[in-house]
Amino acid sequence: MQLRYIDEFRDPATARALVERIRNDAGDAPVRLMEVCGTHTVAIARIGIRPLLSGAVTMVSGPGCPVCVTPDGYIDAAIALGRGKEAMLASFGDMLRVPGKSSSLEKEKGKGLDVRVVYSPLDAVELAAASPDREVVFLGVGFETTAPAIAGAIRTAAVRGVANFSVLPSVRTIPEAMGVLASDPEVRIEGFLCPAHVSVIIGADAYRPVAEAHRIPCVVAGFEPLDILMGISMLLRQIRKGVARVENEYSRVATASGNRKAQELVREVFVPCDTGWRGIGVIPGSGLRIAERYAAFDAEEKFGVPVVYSPEKTACRCGDVLKGKILPDECPLFGKGCVPEEPYGPCMVSSEGTCAAYYRYGTP
Amino acid sequence: MCLGVPARVLEKSGAAAVVELGGVRREISLMLLDDVSVGEWVIIHAGFAIERLSEEEAEQTLSLLREIADATEIH
Amino acid sequence: MDDRILLSHGEGGKRTRDLIAQVIARHFDNPVLAPFLDSGLLGKIDGEIAFTTDGYVVTPPFFPGGDIGRLAVCGTVNDLAVCGARAVAISCGLILEEGLPLETLERALAAMKEAAAEAEVTVACGDTKVVEKGKGDGIFITTAGIGVSVDGWRPSPPRVRPGDRILLTGTMGDHQVAVLIARQGLALSAPVLSDVAPLAGLLLPVLERFGDRVRFMRDPTRGGVGVTLNEMASTAKARFALEEAWLPVREPVRGVCEILGFDPLYLANEGKAVLIVDGGAAEEILAALRKHPYGREAAVIGEVEAGAPGVRMRTLAGGLRAVDYPVGDQLPRIC
Repeated sequence: MQLRYIDEFRDPATARALVERIRNDAGDAPVRLMEVCGTHTVAIARIGIRPLLSGAVTMVSGPGCPVCVTPDGYIDAAIALGRGKEAMLASFGDMLRVPGKSSSLEKEKGKGLDVRVVYSPLDAVELAAASPDREVVFLGVGFETTAPAIAGAIRTAAVRGVANFSVLPSVRTIPEAMGVLASDPEVRIEGFLCPAHVSVIIGADAYRPVAEAHRIPCVVAGFEPLDILMGISMLLRQIRKGVARVENEYSRVATASGNRKAQELVREVFVPCDTGWRGIGVIPGSGLRIAERYAAFDAEEKFGVPVVYSPEKTACRCGDVLKGKILPDECPLFGKGCVPEEPYGPCMVSSEGTCAAYYRYGTP
Repeated sequence: MCLGVPARVLEKSGAAAVVELGGVRREISLMLLDDVSVGEWVIIHAGFAIERLSEEEAEQTLSLLREIADATEIH
Repeated sequence: MDDRILLSHGEGGKRTRDLIAQVIARHFDNPVLAPFLDSGLLGKIDGEIAFTTDGYVVTPPFFPGGDIGRLAVCGTVNDLAVCGARAVAISCGLILEEGLPLETLERALAAMKEAAAEAEVTVACGDTKVVEKGKGDGIFITTAGIGVSVDGWRPSPPRVRPGDRILLTGTMGDHQVAVLIARQGLALSAPVLSDVAPLAGLLLPVLERFGDRVRFMRDPTRGGVGVTLNEMASTAKARFALEEAWLPVREPVRGVCEILGFDPLYLANEGKAVLIVDGGAAEEILAALRKHPYGREAAVIGEVEAGAPGVRMRTLAGGLRAVDYPVGDQLPRIC
């Protein structure tokens, strides 16, 4: 039985043909393409196409994993809230094993911290409504795909008067980071594979400034094997033709202007700000903080626990991996001091991190 | 950061809907979309429908992919 | 009888005797257990003995397609079956939390009785302890199982060689998804039933018929087929190559995996076995498995190839990826 609009985009014969098309278009040297989405990182690793594309394309991963780029100070702040305020922490599963300075949510859960894994931020609002005598803090981590959902949960809590609900935000936006990477001469990106669902929210047009200012082609691509291969093929063709446009492979969902209603909700609840990206540093205008009118739902304001961003430990080369300057196995710690079970740096932290994906799915 | 999947809207009540994917059902929020109808396909992420999936565009993309597949010689 | 378990039910006094006589004995009224001595006397057993032990802590105790009682019996029977042994007797150790509704205990015991009858195994002895409220998760069951090895077959990992085929007796992930849905924290509903089943009737006749053409077998419980194959590859010092297109997974299990970002390879199963078999006999063995109700969807999922030990998979897209150990249990993700 087929899963509709999923299985058709996994057809093996078409995948083979697209790989062939990419190889036919290859030049003398492989082109460097960067994806900036953890879901793309994992999808590419799981379909195992790197060896098939070698010589034609080098896929490089950028800082597309919101978990990986969240400062370790965030985890520490969350743990402090859980312990000090006896708050119930509600989180996406992705955050559980992320190490803070000395511990993780999973480890603290083992010591009695009340941590609940939720699929939706609305589930956290329900948890709060069901336990009015406890503070419930939702760990709002994500990029633009998730920002509307977090905003929706905050607005829902406001409308329903669920006063014991708040969000500790760690929301970042992608285009500014793409600009930083495109400007860095050491990074050398020839094309961006743009994230499917971020693009669904912000619209494909959001990448035009990057494409035009840096003359780098941008293609919005879905996450299924055929989407990724087609997206790569479209980038390659633009590079061959010497053009730098924004194209949309994921036209069945993403549009040029995006989801306006979602964008309005985000503008209502959040305000852009400068924010630190673990492994990279502060990128101006790349974060979203909760607006004044919703301060009552901002855990940082409510409890006075600022999330501190501080520069990283030195042996770790995550910064260079996140910027695509080196491949994971070029980091001296990769597979030695730094493995998925005991991650040293952010890239190994999340299962969508560049190093973690490389480690787990690379051929033995 | 963007795990989202296509699901069909089975029932609707106000700003909530029950969607279905492969026999699996979940209630999700329609807060981010206007005028979604029963029978439409949407992409769901973190308990919300974040956008519609256009069946027409999907068919067009698949046609294009098939054309490319037919036109490409495999060595 | 009270309608809830009390600490005094575990203290050895009258309440304990009442619990045994009025509740437990009704479900396990076989001649070995009936006298309720300190041991079950099994008499002479002909053949080579296999011995296993297990603990069951599943929450919630009842889920679509099964329950902790059935799980306890089948898990024990299957650990013996995949080592080529027919279960003869199992023990049943109950650790009950103070406050557990008696009805829950009754349902679990009734399920154990039914499963034991299906698996043709005797519950030969048992024990009951009660812990204070808050110190247990309702009901825990520990078992030990004694079995007799079938003639002429022993698990032989060293005999695994390139050209051998990897068989899976049915669909992956049904059990873990059924339990996940029963926990309700994710508000999903799906027509998925746990696959919990006793496999001696499926596997032992295959061993008796095909002998050493079956190299060895494991049941892919915690960590799923992915973890089990890694362990088998390590034990046999062999390299396994899977074909993603050949992995059997039910549609709603796939649906749940897509929504939550799970990989079905790492989901637990409780009614399946992985077999490494001689390549030449694979089709015949597959046909034999498919004749049995618990093997209808059996499939070849890969083969053994030459090279360094490990597990890898050819993907639908024609690429190649490693199938490694996961880091802990899968958690619902948004990335």
